[in-house]
Amino acid sequence: MAPPTNALPPVDDALLARVHAALAELTDPEIPVVTLADMGIVRAVRAAADDPTCVEVVITPTYSGCPAMAQIEDDVRATLQRLGVRARVTTQLAPPWTTDWMTEQARAKLRAYGIAPPGRCADTPTAGEQVLRFVPRAPAPVPCPRCGSMRTREVSRFGSTACKALWQCLDCHEPFDHFKPH
Amino acid sequence: MDALAVDTSVLTEYLLHLGDNALVLAQRNCQWCGVGPVLEEDLALANQSLDLIGQARLLYQEVARLQGGDATEDTYAYWRDAHQFRNYVLLELPASLPRVGYAQGDMDWGVTLARNFLYSALMVPLWEALQASAHAPLAAIAAKSLKEARYHLRHASEWVVRLGDGTDESHARMQAAFDHLMPYTQEFWTSSDFERAAVQAGVGVDVAALRAPWQATVEATLAEATLRVPSDQGHVPQGKLGVHSEHLSYLLGELQVVARAHPGAQW
Repeated sequence: MAPPTNALPPVDDALLARVHAALAELTDPEIPVVTLADMGIVRAVRAAADDPTCVEVVITPTYSGCPAMAQIEDDVRATLQRLGVRARVTTQLAPPWTTDWMTEQARAKLRAYGIAPPGRCADTPTAGEQVLRFVPRAPAPVPCPRCGSMRTREVSRFGSTACKALWQCLDCHEPFDHFKPH
Repeated sequence: MDALAVDTSVLTEYLLHLGDNALVLAQRNCQWCGVGPVLEEDLALANQSLDLIGQARLLYQEVARLQGGDATEDTYAYWRDAHQFRNYVLLELPASLPRVGYAQGDMDWGVTLARNFLYSALMVPLWEALQASAHAPLAAIAAKSLKEARYHLRHASEWVVRLGDGTDESHARMQAAFDHLMPYTQEFWTSSDFERAAVQAGVGVDVAALRAPWQATVEATLAEATLRVPSDQGHVPQGKLGVHSEHLSYLLGELQVVARAHPGAQW
């Protein structure tokens, strides 16, 4: 059993660094080449505001219904338990996760893995803007992750997981996944 | 964030209404899983259902937190009966043209996409407005759901145009789908006691105020699809009050059977 709270030292930088390092090993269950930190899923590792002896790991869900989220939370908990630190996992919804939080490193890893990384979300329509014209503005070109060609087409807006769309390269003819800007 | 001048029961009903909408439509659209017209569309509907189930879970989790005790998200999804659901009747209707009781009809892609269109055309401005809800957890859920609703609206409106402005057959069937469903959209605009109370407390959004933008979206898309905007008259909507069509209890029977046959089961 854990000793009484008041016997524990407050969380310090060295402990946070240890937790950080351990969590840095964790990868996305569906895309095992990127880590949770790369994806922007781990939002914070800090001393809990209401209990300075407890480490708080803040994670944020990607898509509301992403089936990997439960696995991600379990992985984080298991890692914390292995470290033997007093910790808790908090899920935070706001601000909502966006692919803009993915690191450059994550984008490079996705490309190498055969998934075209998401473009920036800057063009996400804002309140009141018309989003549903059928004759579409040309979507931002998505370069083929295999041959780099810009001649690609969207096959289906919904792919193998909630976060991906299916594309095809018109030069090398390979189909590929595109991580949707979200 | 809990220091609100709003009755927990009002907030609960309002959150359940939003959550029930998402869950019931998700379950309806899941029926296409494995039998979609093409693989990509099979995946598209399954993915959208996943988004909707995710939204319902977040809303039910928040209700459970407000209620305290042993309540969990499962309490609301699996252990309530049809009369306790607060969803729009529109969303529980079978994916086919009108039929009665046990009568079987072929699932109709046009009805499915017309319904997704009518619903997500409402949810985009509704989630947008709910981002300013005085109940912070609801505002956070709204911001997340909005991104998903935009995708759903785009998907559905593209199909409405493709089928409406397609062959004579697809045009006629799309028109029949809208003729069938449009009366049920009246329910969007008739506000209930719990909605009025939620609006007053700053927690909810006055849906009637969204009618004009919704109408504009519907008219523009149907015009592009060469379809006529049908009358919405001829239905007395009371789904939000728990008075549903005969179809909801069959839908819930399928949704809840495992949880009820094996209460508390873990795997």
